Amino acid sequence: MKLIFEQGASGRSANAQLPPDTNIDDIPAHYLRTTPPVLPEVSEMDTVRHYTRLSQQNFSIDTHFYPLGSCTMKYNPRACNSIALLPGFLARHPFAPATTGQGYLSCLYELQDILAELTGMHAVSLAPMAGAQGEFAGVAMIRAWHLARGDTARTEIIIPDAAHGTNPATAAMCGYTVREIPTDKQGNIDLDELRRVTGPQTAGLMLTNPSTLGVFEQQITEIAAIIHQAGGLLYYDGANLNAILGRIKPGDMGFDVVHINLHKTFATPHGGGGPGAGPVGVSARLQPFLPLPVTVREGEHYRLLDETDRPYSIGRLSANHGNGGVLLRAWAYARMLGEPGMARVAQFATLNANYLMARLDQAGFDIAFPQRRASHEFIVSLKRLKDETGVSAMDFAKRLLDYGFHAPTTYFPMLVPECLLIEPTETEAKTTLDAFVAAMIAVAQEARETPEKVKSAPHTLPVRRLDDVRAARKPDLAWKPQI
Amino acid sequence: MPFIPHTESDIRDMLSAIGAKQIDDLFDEIPSSLHARQAPSLPPALNEMSVIRLAQERASRDPANLNFIGAGGYDHHIPAAIWQLATRGEFYSAYTPYQAEASQGSLQVIYEYQSMMTALTGLDASNASLYDGASALAEAILMAVRAHKTQRRILLPRTVSPLYRRVIATLVAAQGIELVDLPYDPHTGTTVLPAETAPFAALVIPQPNFFGQLEDVDTLTDWAHQQQAHVIALVNPTSLGILKPPGQWGIAGADIATGEGQPLGCPLSNGGPWFGFMTCRQEMIRQMPGRLVGRTLDTENNTGFTLTLQAREQHIRRAKATSNICSNQGLMVVAAALYLSLMGAEGLARVARACHANTQQLVRRLTAIAGVRRVFQGALFHEALLQLDRPVQPVLDALLTYNLVGGLDVSAHYPELGHTLLVCATETRTVDDIHHYAISLQAVLEKGMA
Amino acid sequence: MTIPSDLKYTETHEWIKMHPDGSVSIGITDHAQDLLGDMVFVENPTPGQHLVAGKECGVVESVKAASDIYAPLSGRVLAVNIDVETSPEQINTDAWGSWLFTLQPDDPAEIDSLLDAEAYRAIAEADHH
Repeated sequence: MKLIFEQGASGRSANAQLPPDTNIDDIPAHYLRTTPPVLPEVSEMDTVRHYTRLSQQNFSIDTHFYPLGSCTMKYNPRACNSIALLPGFLARHPFAPATTGQGYLSCLYELQDILAELTGMHAVSLAPMAGAQGEFAGVAMIRAWHLARGDTARTEIIIPDAAHGTNPATAAMCGYTVREIPTDKQGNIDLDELRRVTGPQTAGLMLTNPSTLGVFEQQITEIAAIIHQAGGLLYYDGANLNAILGRIKPGDMGFDVVHINLHKTFATPHGGGGPGAGPVGVSARLQPFLPLPVTVREGEHYRLLDETDRPYSIGRLSANHGNGGVLLRAWAYARMLGEPGMARVAQFATLNANYLMARLDQAGFDIAFPQRRASHEFIVSLKRLKDETGVSAMDFAKRLLDYGFHAPTTYFPMLVPECLLIEPTETEAKTTLDAFVAAMIAVAQEARETPEKVKSAPHTLPVRRLDDVRAARKPDLAWKPQI
Repeated sequence: MPFIPHTESDIRDMLSAIGAKQIDDLFDEIPSSLHARQAPSLPPALNEMSVIRLAQERASRDPANLNFIGAGGYDHHIPAAIWQLATRGEFYSAYTPYQAEASQGSLQVIYEYQSMMTALTGLDASNASLYDGASALAEAILMAVRAHKTQRRILLPRTVSPLYRRVIATLVAAQGIELVDLPYDPHTGTTVLPAETAPFAALVIPQPNFFGQLEDVDTLTDWAHQQQAHVIALVNPTSLGILKPPGQWGIAGADIATGEGQPLGCPLSNGGPWFGFMTCRQEMIRQMPGRLVGRTLDTENNTGFTLTLQAREQHIRRAKATSNICSNQGLMVVAAALYLSLMGAEGLARVARACHANTQQLVRRLTAIAGVRRVFQGALFHEALLQLDRPVQPVLDALLTYNLVGGLDVSAHYPELGHTLLVCATETRTVDDIHHYAISLQAVLEKGMA
Repeated sequence: MTIPSDLKYTETHEWIKMHPDGSVSIGITDHAQDLLGDMVFVENPTPGQHLVAGKECGVVESVKAASDIYAPLSGRVLAVNIDVETSPEQINTDAWGSWLFTLQPDDPAEIDSLLDAEAYRAIAEADHH
């Protein structure tokens, strides 16, 4: 589609949006720009039509099954959006006095409690604006805790090789060296190796459980003991919390810090990349270090704690309260699910994943860990198919798009060759899962009979396969006017 | 069961395909000791009607006051089309566009957004957003240090928002970066350069600064470049409708521009979600944190869009990535692209001029009241620092009874300036609003004196 | 796989070619480019810069990976290959001919500690299994 810059005409505008012009003459010329920025010159209808049409070029949860592993693409209830957009919540300035935000703060306070209860943690801060910021806050608290005890010898964070890239990137941002440990054939951590690398230099371990391999780490109690005995702390990456939500608590597994991706587990939208929210929960000993602000109730009044209340806090992650509108959506979701609904999330997410895995297994696909239960997700390896037909996991994924299904996560985790990481979530009906199985079987058959058709997919989308080598070699990152 | 579509017969058939008797069997690999603990105690489930009723009751407790706070978040008009379109399910419920061919909508919007931000800031490349202005400035500092390679000192004027300065201190704490305060001139409220300084990696220049004052960006930029350091421009996007873009500061222009994107179509919403923007010169793109969208061709030579330069990012480069950022503020970028399309250069300039004129008018009216004076001389954009003859917080509390949120008390951040109040009047404040503030403040101050 | 016997190698997949004047040129091996895939960007050290053996001194980037270049020897950078920086795809078509930069080693004896072709072949072939 033409760019918005290439539409419209010189002098055209969305007149209804323009405030009356004001003449100002008191800003000296050397502060001012001499030519206007090159922005679109379009009418309001041009704009509405253009962006409506662009939206129609997207796959989304609202339009397609989106089994993207490790991303928890469940239905985003519309009521949660309506609630976040209520005028009382929407118009308030974050620095207005707390007395003018009691309704909002009461929701935050409840959400903190609900998250603490579900994760088995002592206290929660809602400040982090995404999972990676939650990780940062968590590791920064681990660091602050060691330093507060005068323990400056801890320089390493242990991370399994199957972890999300954000884990090592976060550890590095917090000044730690990363110790990577391998995974065994069952998808569990290699305990001997863990014992070998753990020591007085160990600040902590970052773990996703169930792991990104789609299996539950069965030795978690031993792992916690090894790390704790060495004086380290355990960090729970909540990317896969949906698999155990309402059923098992990270706190019971021995974790000292957790982060929760509200844009995964609590059904807030991904918005084509964000905004997310990554609240952190901690055990009692880490509470003083929580990032600010934290909401407290004093009698009937809610207020935000600051540096005076929490002198040991790791500090602030945003100028304000974090992604407030996302927090409200998560609060609404949690209140709608309530006690019985929350436990059913893990049950049905797990039921759907195991059903899909069983069906694909029976259809002849290679399951990466066939002897294991799936958590809320599982891995199919297409290595055999690729060896036989030349069709790669990427080709397969692109062809699934033609069948009207968003592709599963491809090439992650990197430990399994030609992998598809499939996460159906609890909000999909059996009918949809069956249709997806049929599409998987159909593409596999095409790969054997007409491999070129799969390798050249997609065929039915707005564009054909895009050249990402070209994009990276000669980056074209912004439209510039032709002079 | 909210949002779970399974019928009893579905469950039976699915368990039978799996070869399990009941759903609980699917958790049999989890050590039993972990199951035995207490079930979570949560509030009871509410249906949609009830949860909306509850939320309405709470939202109605947060009264709609007339707001005169800026301090990083600004109360602008948001065209109705923006959020009606941005909350279309195709934008709202899409993931990060990893499958480019199925995400051309999001990708083209981001490419257009990147183009608009480069036009606005006068630099070459923009990323696809960061979390907010404060964390974006922290990322810009880390980026400048990476690009500089030899120095790790950053000159950070005290005219940068004290709230941002706290965030920076948190986010760069563990990376051995030295943050050096630069003082401000007590008369103009703008940054004073040190007579001499040890080598440093970058100078941060806020424009307008936290006090609303305009900094002498040309001189500051040239000075930093003479010291072989980078220049990070911290700018307000509305102001760029009329102010000189960072790419044209001084002889060579700033190297990185960053700031809070909220003024471009995001509601105040208690502080978030907003978004941070970042643009830079071409030579620095591989040091830029966050996602980038590039334009390329498909196998039939049609134009299309894709995420690019991903090798810098955490999912590939892991511990050596430019940043740990993964999720960004994608949906806010849709809003910003819509905002800048609807406003255009002319609309943005008009908004900027109207904000400036309203704030000037507000300052004139308020400083005509006994006990109120403007702290600094010199040009401002759309905010001003006022000094009162008494503690500010009680005055603000009293103004609430007039349905006014009268500004931000910044006395604790700048104790040397006495009782100070930061005020802002955007294009949405009318002559009547400003009049209401002036007579209310006068009444509050007179009552206090009696 | 072809591994020229007149070059020296590192475990981190750099090749080193010795010149009669005592300087060396450095590139990445054919095996390395095969692992990385389509090259899109090369970041070289700066001429005049002093490198320490074993330390990172540059980056080669493909669509799917970015990989550090480690200095095989300590020494001063003499020149960088602008052609390869402009057209990194040369590395994919001719890894042995695509030198990245040249270096004047501090201690020519250090060269003896590098791997020969046979030792490197063992490392490269182990990757394939």
